[in-house]
Amino acid sequence: MLLQEVAAAGAHPLSGTVATWMWLLPLLPLAGFVLNGALALAATYRRGPSDPTVHADHTHGAGHDTGHAGTAHPDHDTAHHAPTRHRYAGLVSIIGPAVLFAAFGLALSIFGAMTRVDHLEQPFVQRYFTWMATGDLRIDAAFQLDQLSMIMVLVITGVGALIHLFSIGYMRDDPGYPRFFAYLNLFVFFMLVLVLGASYPVMFIGWEGVGLCSYLLIGFWFSDTANADAGKKAFIVNRIGDFGFLIAMFLLYAHIASLDFVGISQRAADLAPGIVTAICLFLFLGCAGKSAQIPLYVWLPDAMAGPTPVSALIHAATMVTAGVYLVARSAVLFALSPVASLTVAVVGALTALLAATIGLKQWDIKRVLAYSTVSQLGYMFVGVGVGAYTAGIFHLVTHAFFKALLFLGSGSVIFAMHRAYHATHSHADAQDMRNMGGLRRYLPWTFALMWIATLAIAGIPLFSGFFSKDEILAGVFARAGHSTLADVSWFGIPGNVLLYAIYGIGLFTALLTAIYMTRMMLYTFHGPNRTGETERSHLAEAPWVMTLPLVVLGVLSAIGGWLNIPELMRFLGPPQWLHHWLDPVVGAPALAVTGGAPVHLTHQTEYMLIGAAVVIAVAGILFAVARLKPARLVPKAQAVPERGFARVLANKWYVDELYDRSVVRPLVGGSRRLLWTVTDKWLIDGLLVNGSARLTGFFGRIGSYWQTGNVSTYAWAIVIGVLVVLGAFTLR
Amino acid sequence: MRDFLGGIGYERWVLPALLLIPIAGAILIYVARIGRGRADDIANAGSARVIALATLTIEFLVSAGLWWTFDTGRSTWQNVVMKAWIPEWGANFVVGIDGIALMMILLTTFIMPLSVLGSWTSIREKLPAYYALLLVLTTGMIGVFISLDLLLFYVMWEVMLIPMYFIIGIWGGERRLYASIKFFLYTMVGSLLMLVAILYLWVQTWQAGSPTFSYDALLRSVDVGRTAGLLLFGAFFLAFAVKVPMFPFHTWLPDAHVEAPTAGSVILAGIMLKMGTYGFLRFAMPLFPDVAMLPAVRTTMLALAVIGIIYGALVAMVQPDFKKLVAYSSVSHLGFVMLGILALTMESVQGALMVMINHGISTGALFFLIGMIYERRHSRMIDAYGGIARVVPLFAAMLTIVSLSSIGLPGTNGFIGEFLVLIGSFRTQPIWTVIAATGVIFAAAYLLWAIQRILFQPVTHPENERLTDLNAREVVIMAALVIPILWIGFYPQPILARMERSAAQFISDVERGATERSGSARVGN
Repeated sequence: MLLQEVAAAGAHPLSGTVATWMWLLPLLPLAGFVLNGALALAATYRRGPSDPTVHADHTHGAGHDTGHAGTAHPDHDTAHHAPTRHRYAGLVSIIGPAVLFAAFGLALSIFGAMTRVDHLEQPFVQRYFTWMATGDLRIDAAFQLDQLSMIMVLVITGVGALIHLFSIGYMRDDPGYPRFFAYLNLFVFFMLVLVLGASYPVMFIGWEGVGLCSYLLIGFWFSDTANADAGKKAFIVNRIGDFGFLIAMFLLYAHIASLDFVGISQRAADLAPGIVTAICLFLFLGCAGKSAQIPLYVWLPDAMAGPTPVSALIHAATMVTAGVYLVARSAVLFALSPVASLTVAVVGALTALLAATIGLKQWDIKRVLAYSTVSQLGYMFVGVGVGAYTAGIFHLVTHAFFKALLFLGSGSVIFAMHRAYHATHSHADAQDMRNMGGLRRYLPWTFALMWIATLAIAGIPLFSGFFSKDEILAGVFARAGHSTLADVSWFGIPGNVLLYAIYGIGLFTALLTAIYMTRMMLYTFHGPNRTGETERSHLAEAPWVMTLPLVVLGVLSAIGGWLNIPELMRFLGPPQWLHHWLDPVVGAPALAVTGGAPVHLTHQTEYMLIGAAVVIAVAGILFAVARLKPARLVPKAQAVPERGFARVLANKWYVDELYDRSVVRPLVGGSRRLLWTVTDKWLIDGLLVNGSARLTGFFGRIGSYWQTGNVSTYAWAIVIGVLVVLGAFTLR
Repeated sequence: MRDFLGGIGYERWVLPALLLIPIAGAILIYVARIGRGRADDIANAGSARVIALATLTIEFLVSAGLWWTFDTGRSTWQNVVMKAWIPEWGANFVVGIDGIALMMILLTTFIMPLSVLGSWTSIREKLPAYYALLLVLTTGMIGVFISLDLLLFYVMWEVMLIPMYFIIGIWGGERRLYASIKFFLYTMVGSLLMLVAILYLWVQTWQAGSPTFSYDALLRSVDVGRTAGLLLFGAFFLAFAVKVPMFPFHTWLPDAHVEAPTAGSVILAGIMLKMGTYGFLRFAMPLFPDVAMLPAVRTTMLALAVIGIIYGALVAMVQPDFKKLVAYSSVSHLGFVMLGILALTMESVQGALMVMINHGISTGALFFLIGMIYERRHSRMIDAYGGIARVVPLFAAMLTIVSLSSIGLPGTNGFIGEFLVLIGSFRTQPIWTVIAATGVIFAAAYLLWAIQRILFQPVTHPENERLTDLNAREVVIMAALVIPILWIGFYPQPILARMERSAAQFISDVERGATERSGSARVGN
């Protein structure tokens, strides 16, 4: 059906090129899902319910004493007996990554076709069939290819393919191997629908679909209550955001009767200012859910319960950046509402700061990275919030490189730790940095590559993160001087003051970033080893299938900045490629924010800003190296809990506890007592329904009381009745 | 397809045939029983379920032709058959369908054979009676959807209630008597008031010299004044609101669901609840548009609908019994239907109709799944399970898919209905819609929490380790239900197209009626 109903998109320069095959991009991973899913069900169903090996695997998984028991348990059986590979492991290892590599190849050739077109101003829209049409509403199943979605597709399929490759090694002995790849493929399908959808409703399919896959993958080792809880929490918190997304769509439809991006960009100007602000704020509620911003960020750290490749793909590189994509995609609307844009930037800045402070005191290596992700997403929102849409997307791309690398690297570490502990039947925590230390001797590749990523995220010059973070901060600084945002007031605060404050927060957060990342590297790879005497001999680098993706990501983390070199440094190469590339999509809205002319900073100012950022980054690293002493650290089992403010940070500012007491418990308790017990059982059913039944019964009994069967009683009753009636008449 | 059906005169006999086929099946069951002794268990009366399955499969196949013969371009009744019944009273046997009735018929004939399959092993005694009642029930339900004569409608309405009363009361759980009597009284109070209202309307036409029960005639001529209109609308409202069920008339539903056998719950939720909303669409609102559109009346109903959405979801969240949880979730879903109907836009009414269909499929599927696991473990309590996804992966996959459709995940049928209801309602009732939309959050909360406690976490009860996965019969049932879940999710347009005219007709009936009559009332004053 898809093939036949593809409507030729008129005389678009891309029609007739390989771009007409874009529908195949999501279909490839979907096919992977179907095949792997069928293999997963076929295997479990055939094996039957009473296979003892299944139980052994799972009780083992549940037996971890790690607080967030989602630690990987690959390879845990090698020491005792032959590894229990899944019966279809070979087939799945081919299908799962192959569909991703095929999609990436297709994406590359489409990208090639796009670069060969000179002036690609309009998006290339393909309509397949009418999804829903009734009354005035008409929603087509349609995909849209433009420069923005192309970048996203390349990141998703490219980084996705690498992570699929890594997963072959990481998950190889998991009993749920085909299920894992099925979910991972399904995720990529939905993610591609999200970025290719030509309208908000189609995008929403992907939007909720990736949430579903996130739910399924966080709870992948579902036999553990903590993992299942984390998955559920992620889904429900995301639903709160999705509520915002829905209301934004309703407002758009009610006011301009259009839900597709082309139609909206044509009619956005008709919207009243208050309505635009409302639409943008509701959209941003959706972003806050999906991209883990205040107040909805709480699900992401818990989501680390999922297998580490999932954390890398979904909770670092792709899905969580969907909110940033949504703001950039809706730039036409956000540019019309300075207040909403400022809100995005403020929330982004505060989230960046809050998460960075928490990241300072986490011991679980994946939790450090999780809060780091929340913090970096905050940066991206600062970028797209202030109207520096290219800068936000640029940071999205570089972050996908270095954060995927960091997560996969941590996966490599956990893989080694786990194997070591398994060999000695230890139940120590394989993710706690207090149990690591000195790993550089055992995992030299991982060590070197993760340092590249750390330097990139810290913002050391020439590494990718340096360019993208600097562009965001410079963008904020420039717009504080002159933009529509600087001219409005936000809850009584002048916009320019607010923007300078955001710049300050961004700079301070960069300092914290350098500190907590260096801390993580020091405790993991430097100093003496704390894993244990016997365990130490089992520590080793992972197989090449896991290391190779790390190398590729390491190269990208190092050179990713060349995508968008600032004018100032044009001696490094052709400047501002990404800026020019995205110009047809976000150029006009960005100009609208800066008042019609491009932002301009003097070279002197720009050098000053870069200097400040570099000094901050280096200072952070040096501070951490000087103050933190890995040699003094003791293993987790002997550690004492933090005191004072450190304890507040280690406990994540007690925000989870606050939500639990103020929202979750009152809601559940109130529903149980007030609604179900009091209203339903007592009031409606007890008092009204059964009460009226009893009342009927009562009158019935009164009636039957008079039915004595005694004739003389009846006679007396008749006489009295007659007398009363007569009396009534005479007295009248 | 269409030509072939035209050649055999399909369009002229299909509706009466749909009423008669189940009756014929019921008679056949009793004929087959002759000479088989008195034992009514599976060993001796197994033929009853075969006959019922065959009959209802034929019924489904016969009704399926309507999908192709239905003319989406016509807004008048189709496949009309008219026979004189009691001419002196103006009561006739008149049946016909529009797009709404079409989809309700298909939903009914689709669910019924599956209900027989779902009862296959769980019903172990008095088989002939049970399956005969299911067949009579089918006739009653089809009759309700196709009657175009109010007396015929009322008769069919009762024909439908009584078999269900017996199904709950005889084959139900431990508290089946309480539940069935509650069900009976609740619905009876409503339907008796409705009978009074129908008779009142008839008396009006009788006094005018041409007595009639004809729906079309009454639709054109009803004008009873404000006070009588309020009372009559109130009577219809009660009858249908109990059936929907709207808050606070819902407390019979959890009891009835919990005690009913699996097929009873499936039919009750899947089809019979739609009688209530269908009643609003077909009778209560078009017959008394001026009353229904009074600001106070409309606001009250909107409030009850939206309270139902939130209240149903929140109470569902805290149920320890999975069947009760699904029962309360029905209150929530049907609240969306009422919101869509009352908002009176094309999108919202179409959405309401979609939710009616989707709820029938998804909630029906949920009750089937509960029934399947109940047969193995004899418990409906959520905490009797836990961790069984590992033991019964296929069951787990099905329960997950169906739950996601009930949550309204895009790509499943549930999303289409809720989205259309909300986006349409937002145009006329933005505040109520925003409140109602929070229901999507609570829906995720109650169902995901429940499936977590059933499917995930460690296995805490050793007896769950020995559960067996779905057998072939159960796979057939679930596959039949999952296909429309995904199909409607991705390509609902053929269904929307078939209901488009009827939804528009409903809106114009209500709107025109409301303006004309309030206009004439003003002239009268």
